[in-house]
Amino acid sequence: MTSPTGDVTATMVGFARTVRAAGVAASPDRVQAMVVALDQVDVLCRDAVYWAGRVTLCASYDDLARYDRAFAAYFAGIRPTRLRPSFPSLSPAAEWRPAAVARPSYDHRAAEDADHAAAAATASELEVLRQRDIALLDAAERKQLHRLLALLDTPAPARPSRRHQPGQHGSVDVHRTVRTTLCHGGETPRLLRRRRRVRPRRVVLLVDVSGSMAPYADALLRFAHAAVRRRRATEVFTIGTRLTRVTRELRQRDPDAALRAVAGAVPDWSGGTRLGELVKAFLTRWGRRGMARGAIVVVASDGWERGDPTLLGEQLAQLRLLAHRVVWVNPHRARPGYQPLTAGMAAALPYVDDFVDGHSLDALERLAALVSVAGSSGGRRA
Amino acid sequence: MAADTHTAPKMPKTPETPARLAARLELHGYLADEGTATAAYLALRMSRPLFLEGDAGVGKTSLATALAAVLDAPLIRLQCYEGLDAAQALYDWDFPRQLLHLRAAEAVGVRDVDALEAELYDERFLLARPLLQALQTSPSVLLVDEVDRADDEFEAFLLEVLSDYAITVPELGTIRAAQPPAVVVTSNRTREVHDALKRRCLYHWLEHPTFEREMAIIRRRLPEATESLAAGVARAAQALRDQDLLKPPGVAETLDWAEALVTLGARDFDIDVAASTLGAVLKYREDTARIHELGVAALFAAAAGP
Repeated sequence: MTSPTGDVTATMVGFARTVRAAGVAASPDRVQAMVVALDQVDVLCRDAVYWAGRVTLCASYDDLARYDRAFAAYFAGIRPTRLRPSFPSLSPAAEWRPAAVARPSYDHRAAEDADHAAAAATASELEVLRQRDIALLDAAERKQLHRLLALLDTPAPARPSRRHQPGQHGSVDVHRTVRTTLCHGGETPRLLRRRRRVRPRRVVLLVDVSGSMAPYADALLRFAHAAVRRRRATEVFTIGTRLTRVTRELRQRDPDAALRAVAGAVPDWSGGTRLGELVKAFLTRWGRRGMARGAIVVVASDGWERGDPTLLGEQLAQLRLLAHRVVWVNPHRARPGYQPLTAGMAAALPYVDDFVDGHSLDALERLAALVSVAGSSGGRRA
Repeated sequence: MAADTHTAPKMPKTPETPARLAARLELHGYLADEGTATAAYLALRMSRPLFLEGDAGVGKTSLATALAAVLDAPLIRLQCYEGLDAAQALYDWDFPRQLLHLRAAEAVGVRDVDALEAELYDERFLLARPLLQALQTSPSVLLVDEVDRADDEFEAFLLEVLSDYAITVPELGTIRAAQPPAVVVTSNRTREVHDALKRRCLYHWLEHPTFEREMAIIRRRLPEATESLAAGVARAAQALRDQDLLKPPGVAETLDWAEALVTLGARDFDIDVAASTLGAVLKYREDTARIHELGVAALFAAAAGP
């Protein structure tokens, strides 16, 4: 079956399986299209087969490299299952814990019975929890926080759309008015009007998952999960030493499963940070093409930059030209006596519209409200 | 379904092999590489839309123009934008004329109300917009340009047209293409187009041309350019694409640049003249600054030749 000299259809179905194993979503109708396409070209010509398969099985630029790998492997006689290990496998939950959760002053609590603490919290306990620094929570409090984050309301910011809907006020809807006129035998009973519809404004979250952000990254990603689940127009990327798009992983309903999927997809958990380069990579691959245009871009990072801070400044200047609003969330900002002294933070600040803290549940709730209000307002400085 | 698409009537005058199609495209000034020729050939043979992606200026739109020339069919173009609706993309009723007709009928004193009603929604009052035009014109090439600029709502009715090659007008019935038009859909990837639309299409990613091909394209489009100038411009464009620019130049920019140099009377690629005409090929201030920083002379030394 894996021999290219066999029956063409069988060979091609085997090939489609290899392509699928390589990560291209080659659905049955695509495979059928490929078989039809092969009918039209010289199947003995390697290049013709390559192109016929590529135009029918692939659906995006990202598929092309996977397809090439599968094509080379299959016609070299490698079986589909052998391709799998090159893809990130999901690591079990236990492997993925934010490293070094600092809880210096709460060590005595660790001995407490977890069940007791996980019992329903009273209103005042909740209020205390909401204000507490996430980095200082113990396991039971963290659990409680996760439940609250999953319920977090992140109302979608809205922007006026180019489409219209019938309305009481606004410009005259010529189409509907004339149509009604025809129905009334040429008499115009009244002028019908239309107004702009509103559409959700896109929100892009760039979450720093480097070592210095480890205590907060988990909560920020859960915040991102709540936002992604709540509305479609949200995109999430992790930044560290590499830029990874995790929107698809976060679409899952269950927050824990979603975060496990993210852990599997992100290769640079708790590494260093190259903020400038990664913001640049975001702008080149996604932002300038349209993802950042008119969007609210939220960068969650402490601004520790290993690279050149001037690059970060330049890239944020670019980002600001594209985005509707740039929000920077720094969990360390809430610390008493905090000054934005890290080189990256200082370089970035001139181009940031809102500089907020994100160290506690309360701060994250305020962030959600800010995104909603700022996104719906017309001007940059509203 | 996918199975019956290949039984649909094929475009007349479709060349028999991808290589022949490439040769025919070349006659009309489009130099296609093997992948592009195969993709276009399969799209015509299988009566499937061709979904083209690639950087701006790599020749997505001009492929559609060249295909129209090869098939000797009119090119019907629909430029997409946000808020594009059925009245602008499919069809619209000519309301003013309908009203006039109604008034005229009243003035004469028409008795037969049913007949008058039927007359009001006659095909002569129907304004065909690009998608309907393409179905009514056989053969034709339909170019749906920059589909990523339109919104999801538009994709929904595009999907309907592209799957059945038919449009249903409630007052008239279904209008079906005698022969499906050749369809080219282009996207700059500013957003991901819905999968349902992509599934109906053949997907092709257009790359920047190689040095030889780019030089051939310049020679082909600008016969006034000398061989040495064409080679210089092509080599310089390849060098610029390696420089991590905000907007790497596409073939369209290279052609503009070559034309600018020809207009200035250049016969060879001269570094000073090239530097003064960089505006034809670089469209961002940051890019121009970066190239000047790197040193125009060093970058284009190879292009200028010995």
